[in-house]
Amino acid sequence: MPGKVLVNTTINGEATDFRCEPRQSLLECLRDILQLTGTKEGCNDGNCGACTVLMDGRPLTACLVLGVEAEGRNITTIEGIARGSKLHPLQQAFLEEAALQCGICTPGFIVSAKALLDRDKNPSEADIRLWLANNLCRCTGYDKIVRAVQKAAAEMRA
Amino acid sequence: MSTPTYSVLGTRPIRHDGADKVTGRAIYGADVHLTGMLHGAVLRSPHAHARILRIDTVKAAALPGVKAVITAADFPQGPDRIVDLGEGDTPLSYIRGNVLAIGKVLYRGHAVAAVAATNAHIAEQAAGLIQVEYEVLPCVLTAPDAMREDAPILHEDLETTELGKKSGKVSNVAVHFRHVLGNSEEAFAQADVVVERTFDTATVHQGYIEPHNATALWNEDGRIHVWCSTQGSFVVRDVTACILDVPVQRVRVTPTEIGGGFGGKIPVYIEPVAAMLSKKTGRPVKVLMSRREVFEGTGPTPGSHMTVKMGVDKTGRMIAAQASLAYEAGAYPGAMVGPGGMCVFASYNIANVTIDGYDVVVNKPSTAAYRAPGATNAAFATETVVDEIAEKLGMDPMELRLMNAAKEGTRRADGPKYRRICCVEVIEAMKNHPHYSAPLEGPNRGRGVAVGFWFNAALPSSCTISVNADGSVNLVEGSTDIGGTRTSIAMQAAEVLGIAVERVNPTVVDTDSVGFTGVTGGSRTTFATGYAAYEAAQDVVRQMKERVAKIWEVEASAVNFEKGAFSAGEKSMTFAELSEKLGSTGGPVVGRGAVNPRSAGGSFSGAIADVEVDPETGRVSVLRFTSIQDAGKAIHPSYVEGQMQGGSAQGIGWALNEEYYMSPDGGMMNSSLLDYRMPTALDLPMIDTCIVEVANPNHPFGVRGVGEANIVPPPAALANAIYRAAGVRMNRLPMKPSAIMEAIWAKGN
Repeated sequence: MPGKVLVNTTINGEATDFRCEPRQSLLECLRDILQLTGTKEGCNDGNCGACTVLMDGRPLTACLVLGVEAEGRNITTIEGIARGSKLHPLQQAFLEEAALQCGICTPGFIVSAKALLDRDKNPSEADIRLWLANNLCRCTGYDKIVRAVQKAAAEMRA
Repeated sequence: MSTPTYSVLGTRPIRHDGADKVTGRAIYGADVHLTGMLHGAVLRSPHAHARILRIDTVKAAALPGVKAVITAADFPQGPDRIVDLGEGDTPLSYIRGNVLAIGKVLYRGHAVAAVAATNAHIAEQAAGLIQVEYEVLPCVLTAPDAMREDAPILHEDLETTELGKKSGKVSNVAVHFRHVLGNSEEAFAQADVVVERTFDTATVHQGYIEPHNATALWNEDGRIHVWCSTQGSFVVRDVTACILDVPVQRVRVTPTEIGGGFGGKIPVYIEPVAAMLSKKTGRPVKVLMSRREVFEGTGPTPGSHMTVKMGVDKTGRMIAAQASLAYEAGAYPGAMVGPGGMCVFASYNIANVTIDGYDVVVNKPSTAAYRAPGATNAAFATETVVDEIAEKLGMDPMELRLMNAAKEGTRRADGPKYRRICCVEVIEAMKNHPHYSAPLEGPNRGRGVAVGFWFNAALPSSCTISVNADGSVNLVEGSTDIGGTRTSIAMQAAEVLGIAVERVNPTVVDTDSVGFTGVTGGSRTTFATGYAAYEAAQDVVRQMKERVAKIWEVEASAVNFEKGAFSAGEKSMTFAELSEKLGSTGGPVVGRGAVNPRSAGGSFSGAIADVEVDPETGRVSVLRFTSIQDAGKAIHPSYVEGQMQGGSAQGIGWALNEEYYMSPDGGMMNSSLLDYRMPTALDLPMIDTCIVEVANPNHPFGVRGVGEANIVPPPAALANAIYRAAGVRMNRLPMKPSAIMEAIWAKGN
């Protein structure tokens, strides 16, 4: 096993460096090295979306990216979504619309949905469903999640 | 009867744990980190059925970073006894054998050995270095195959319990039971229309997004502390103590936040393994399952083989019914066929019924509860037959159901006579729902309906409430919160105390810190732990009245309490004002509630589904879906709707896509979330809900559990919709595109 690699990156707006084994995924690095445990593991093979983070604004599953690939990038995790002590409109809408039950998929959904609303201020229901098809939720049947995203979008347009 | 007015119940407050859960701060099982912690990995069987001849751990133990390797031989192997697994009694030997295989492996994915190492990668690598020599045995994967005389036998000591008696015969049938009401054979002779059909359903998984996890510390003082995601912390405590053969006093379980369960996080798998690895190493050990381990090593819900026969007279009155239900238990007995037998005709008032149930072991993972376990399979059969009878009679399928609906006083074939139930109200709500009468135009489209029942569990719950000087209260409970129950329980306390729900701080605590509380399962948490919170709040009110009486120098019985204020004659004091005075009037007030309700009162649910079937590919699109359910009293309507929508989505997945796709040698071929195809946001429409409220006489606020009944009708409703869309009666789940095409082609020939 080769030695550890130093990775210089930006996480949630802060310059961050960490040392990881080349085989460690970004998900492992976030959770086990940096203690950013808000990003969740549901499958570790890119199919559930619970570990969705933004890399340079683009959503991806952190389990399918190596930690070393974060070098020089700009990473946003669920811990970086709120604006200081104020929840992001998506977070607020998820609470008001009861868009979570167990909550394990919620960080991934909020991060994914933020990437959508950053691109499209007024997505249709079909747009939202297509975009969020990368994220699995087993509790809600998605109804209240879709409504929460619609509500947050309206809030952000206002 | 007048409807009570409430100030808190029926509102939609934001959940108390909400901020933590939308910011990533909530601590789930996998987020637990202890100083000096090691990581565990489990080696699992590659064979569906094999004798373990030899396990060699030398190479694994020699890998740098490995701290311990264990097998079943490291665990105490005392005499067998019966233990309560949370939703029923099970022999300890089955649980023990499922945690780490003893002598034989009974399914691919059966745990064989475990490793603790300095990190998860080394642990996984070391598990791969354990050498196991197997004698591979023939496997059997379905109930009908396992019931054959020449079937391979899983348990050489499993004697069939035949109609309540040990038969002396060794087979894969653990139990054959029969419920009889009236005389169905004679009644069928009187029937004008009889329909008999046979159905098969595939094994499906609960599919919670969070894999199982356990972190354990076996401390130097002999005390064991386990942190894990579980539906029942006390089940984990009791079962772990049994398996490790230590007194329960030495085991403390802290339930972390839990990422879904649906019944699948009641059984104990890796908790005792993590504890034993901790004992061997003297360090805390965390074990996480991979997604593949979740599919192959934890309990799905049974596949089933069922025959249902129903007879009606020419007016549509149901006069006779028979069911034969053979459910696959997986590796160990306990296939949830009992509940299947309770629910199969539970929606109808039929005088002559015979129900046969078979609990059959097969070489697949040991099954666990899954949302109304056993009822969905049975309702798929019954509700499809009912639909076909309506067609033969030329009757509206809702009218047929309404005419025969079970009501107060109806006797179910398994014994109970219903108290106040809501089957009629649910069916009427379906009939009157705008969805049912909405036009459905276009080719290849159809609408289907179905109803379903789940009896709900009661079980014990405990709760304490302590009053703070500022008039807020701290509520301590033992029910893991999977869907907002902290809040729905706190709302019941707030209603009694006449305070805002935001003035209640609910906390889920470990097993040392609260009285015994049954599992978060059986739709019981808002019902039973809510009941305990109601009792604890009533206890607070009683004690507070005594304080008021002391201050005002009146009899406690003269003190009234209404809408958060105490009064006697002209005098009045709010809950908050009195809270400030507790220190000077006798000290803190702590209320307690401990309940074990006799009966939960069941819940009925209905589904209306519109589908479009692509005749070229067999793909079914769900165009519109409505879930109707009785909630007794909906404490937090958003969470009730959420349960209905979630149960519907799972029912739709079960109906259309999900299955354990097995190779002939017993391997699950689709053990990833790519290939085990659960519904995505793109697969579903909005799911409409209609909450019916018929107060439950078994609960002070009339609450009925709502977690489960909603999954029961969807597969049958979709099958009936597919029939109207494509002209084919589906008798097999899942109704995947290939199955629909085969049915269409078969019809064409």
